[in-house]
Amino acid sequence: MRIDGKGRIDRTRPVTFTFDGRAYAGYKGDTLASALIANDVRVVGRSFKYHRPRGILTAGSEEPNALVEIVGPANQTPNTRATVQELFEGLEARSQNRWPSLRFDALEVNDLAAPFLSAGFYYKTFMWPRRFWEGVYEPLIRRAAGLGSLSGRHDAGVYEKAWAHCDLLVIGAGPAGLMAALTAARVGADVILADESSEPGGRLLSDAAEIGDQPAADWVATVLAELASLPNLRLMTRTTVTGAYDDGTFGALERVGLHRRPRPNLPRECFWRIVAKRSVLTAGALERHIAFEDNDRPGVMLASALPAYMNRYGVVPGQRVTLFGNNDGLRGVARSLMAAGVTVAAIIDPREDAPEEPGVTVHKGAQVVRARGRMGLREITVRSGGREFRLETDCLGVSGGWNPTLHLTCHLNGRPRWSDELAAFVPVEGAVPGMLVAGAANGTFSNHGCLAAGAEAARASLAALGRVAGAVDLPQAEDAPYRIAPLWAVPGKGRAWLDFANDVTVKDVGLAAQEGFRSVEHMKRYTTQGMAPDQGKTSNVAALAVLADATGQAIAQTGTTTFRPPYTPVSIAAMGAGGRGEGFAPQRFLTSDQASRDRGAPMIEAGLWYRPGYFPKPGETTWREACDREVRMVRTAVGVTDVSTLGKIDIQGPDAGRFLDFVYTNMFSTLPVGKVRYGLMLREDGHVLDDGTCARLGPDHWLMTTTTAAAGLVMRHLDFVHQAFCAAWQVRFVSVTESWAQFAVAGPLARDLVASALGHAPDLPFMGCVPVTVQGVAGRLFRISFSGEEGYELAVPTRYGEALFRDLTARAETMGGGLYGMEALNVLRIEKGFITHAEIHGRTTAFDIGMEKMISGKKDCIGKAAAARPGLLGAAREQMVGLVPLTDTVLTAGAHLFAQGVELTRDHAAGYVTSVGYSPTLHSHLALGFLQNGRARHGETVRLVDRLRGVDVLCRVSDPVFHDPKGEKLRA
Amino acid sequence: MRLTCPLCGPRDRREFYYSGAAVALDRPGAEAPPEAWDDHLHNRDNPAGVTQDLWYHEQGCCSWLKVTRNTVTHEILAVETVGGDSTAGGVA
Repeated sequence: MRIDGKGRIDRTRPVTFTFDGRAYAGYKGDTLASALIANDVRVVGRSFKYHRPRGILTAGSEEPNALVEIVGPANQTPNTRATVQELFEGLEARSQNRWPSLRFDALEVNDLAAPFLSAGFYYKTFMWPRRFWEGVYEPLIRRAAGLGSLSGRHDAGVYEKAWAHCDLLVIGAGPAGLMAALTAARVGADVILADESSEPGGRLLSDAAEIGDQPAADWVATVLAELASLPNLRLMTRTTVTGAYDDGTFGALERVGLHRRPRPNLPRECFWRIVAKRSVLTAGALERHIAFEDNDRPGVMLASALPAYMNRYGVVPGQRVTLFGNNDGLRGVARSLMAAGVTVAAIIDPREDAPEEPGVTVHKGAQVVRARGRMGLREITVRSGGREFRLETDCLGVSGGWNPTLHLTCHLNGRPRWSDELAAFVPVEGAVPGMLVAGAANGTFSNHGCLAAGAEAARASLAALGRVAGAVDLPQAEDAPYRIAPLWAVPGKGRAWLDFANDVTVKDVGLAAQEGFRSVEHMKRYTTQGMAPDQGKTSNVAALAVLADATGQAIAQTGTTTFRPPYTPVSIAAMGAGGRGEGFAPQRFLTSDQASRDRGAPMIEAGLWYRPGYFPKPGETTWREACDREVRMVRTAVGVTDVSTLGKIDIQGPDAGRFLDFVYTNMFSTLPVGKVRYGLMLREDGHVLDDGTCARLGPDHWLMTTTTAAAGLVMRHLDFVHQAFCAAWQVRFVSVTESWAQFAVAGPLARDLVASALGHAPDLPFMGCVPVTVQGVAGRLFRISFSGEEGYELAVPTRYGEALFRDLTARAETMGGGLYGMEALNVLRIEKGFITHAEIHGRTTAFDIGMEKMISGKKDCIGKAAAARPGLLGAAREQMVGLVPLTDTVLTAGAHLFAQGVELTRDHAAGYVTSVGYSPTLHSHLALGFLQNGRARHGETVRLVDRLRGVDVLCRVSDPVFHDPKGEKLRA
Repeated sequence: MRLTCPLCGPRDRREFYYSGAAVALDRPGAEAPPEAWDDHLHNRDNPAGVTQDLWYHEQGCCSWLKVTRNTVTHEILAVETVGGDSTAGGVA
């Protein structure tokens, strides 16, 4: 119901929205919760386990009941707190966890079955038969219990992430936070003031308090006006600081667009990482409930929510309000409501010495023992002095006291301290380095106390940064002491609720203790108390107190569960903003990329690079046809392919040769200028790190190539070896991978093609290199081959790459040759038994790949000592072999090898397959793999089995070099 | 987490590549017994407290850094380049 003249909503701007398909009206400035209250909607959701009708409990982000689905054009967001969701025109909200409708929910039978659904019921009930768990029980439970649902579609919403740095981060803009921000910002400190709400002010906007001689809300406006004039202060509203991390880093979630009508490019949320030299936590306090029978009926609310709804939104949830609580705060609530003309029927206070309140009946020493009204509160039963009586009421405000919002102080392992005086946990000093806690978050509940503590915390924070903050005049404000007598649960037989979100009752906690789950962490997991989206913000401390009572311990000894980030739910989409689809990883494109795509080549990801798979010709319907043609073309004419993705490291200095000797297994310092050598690199543990060629361009100048996959790894390795073991050597190196475009030209006509491109025949022996001029551009020519044919690689500066690629392609095509892609390149190298990282996958040694002789005996090198370890050599090792199927069958990488006749069990596996392909040269499928004692088993027959893909074929073991074993073509 | 690179200043941990215990710096000589290599390659302490490990400023100056930090408090106690000045290192 709306109250005239109250609230901060804009009554000139009506807004329509739907809830469960029905249209309602609200105003700009409403939350979904306040608008539903204005429309007298009492039941807003069904509880998690028992499907009990539930209403709105709070006015803040701690809400356990009013969780709804927000349906947008691009997404459906479950478990949205109606108390946080602001109204906008066209907002579509749906209740959750009910079927077929909110008013009639078939699964409410669970509530009748409650005696069988107590704490831990699923651990006891669904024990047998064991195989039923996955197939029957779990799907059933998941259907019956659970909160909102997802659309099942891709979330097309826009999310962002951002970083911010500041001197002082103030978390929460209530009285303490505003004062802290003002104190620090006035002296020029770089301040961020973050507040969860749409409007700063905290409880000053909710209470009818006065600051100075003006209404608190006016004082807030004055402060905000001053803060807005200070360029060194950044105010972040709708921003919840969700986690405290090392080094003054905080996570925060800003609701950028959730309060607006969705439109393209409007970010929904932004996840901030804020780095602050100092921080002040002024997050206030959260009111807590008192457990009594059926205390979850719609209309039973936290007392502080009533003035909040009235003063911020101009709504009251009932016409005849009763209040029940164990502290003096209820008097202010009563006064505030009565001043607006709301009937307050009674205050029920369990304290015998409770203060009177003019205009209201105060039942002292009394307790509410029962609430009635399944779809909305009708009456309460009060017990006073041994007698019970009923009171008609449609709204009961309950206050069990206040818990300081100290969650962030626990994120770095801080453990809060129990205060008997406040009957609450309070933060310990220094729990988060650089953070001070002030105001209600620190157990200081009066407005005056909050203002003073906020100013003081800012002064102390600045002093720690070597800055002096001037004195700030503290305005007059209420300074009443906080008086409370703990009451957690009213004794009774019925079910009294602690955790509304997860349906945990006082009995459940008692049962947990009775069954041995006496530690608070065990109780939590057994009952699921505090494990819902609200993380038990309104229920944890009461549950703890009930457990303490059941185990006969004091609360201080019982301790509390650990608060972990995030403080409120954070969508993964916001944390991972920008990292979806093409944003997941950078993309690296070759200079030939467009030319390749123009020819219809499908691109294959190779690390971050995109390389052409094959170049289809008209009439070819499968990749294999193109691949076979390209292989034959290289073997019979000439092929061109872009090999620029290989890592290129330019190494210079008088000690460069010595350095190469140390990182490669074989000798490099003796290599003449103008020659290239194949090199093998080990990790220090003796396994192969990478392989590649290294060319000596000059006496002190070398060019190393690495595999595409390991280019970064090798660079990092070289940096480590140099800096850790030989920093004094005169050698320097830099990655030039992206500075050069390099193209392989391979085949019997390779020399002719290179001659045509250079204008003269290259006179270069196998493994030679020479500077060349390519049509006026200085480049380099290497005679190296990864195909087994006579091969050259021609390198030019990157900016000439595309032109050279198109030129070489055109020339090749006039000679009966053309382009070849990754598929053909792979077949060509398998035919030659050349290794890639499929073979040197991190668990193979130089011995395994038949290169142990490449470990020079004349020098030390990285990995040399470990490569000689027992177990890394010998017949037991799986050694690289070739495999040829006895029948024409497609082979699969990952298949296992078995001796003939053995049982196909893991302990009989004698090896595995690493690379496969069809060789049009040999008219056979071929594979490379590793087989125990494989080099001694050439000619044997083994069984190749891939159970995942249904392959089971006999293969002949062979030398891995299938084609031109003597390398005559290579050296032609 | 942030590390103060001796060359670049304080930087977010995302700029760095982590590479395990600083034991990797103490390379046994070629003639060292197998036990020494075993310790160097495989055996690692898992201290609750001060530890030293290696970080590579991959998105910065490419320095390898020896970081002394506390695994319990997450304090960073020291960050040094492993190469030190040009007189450090010792395979030669």
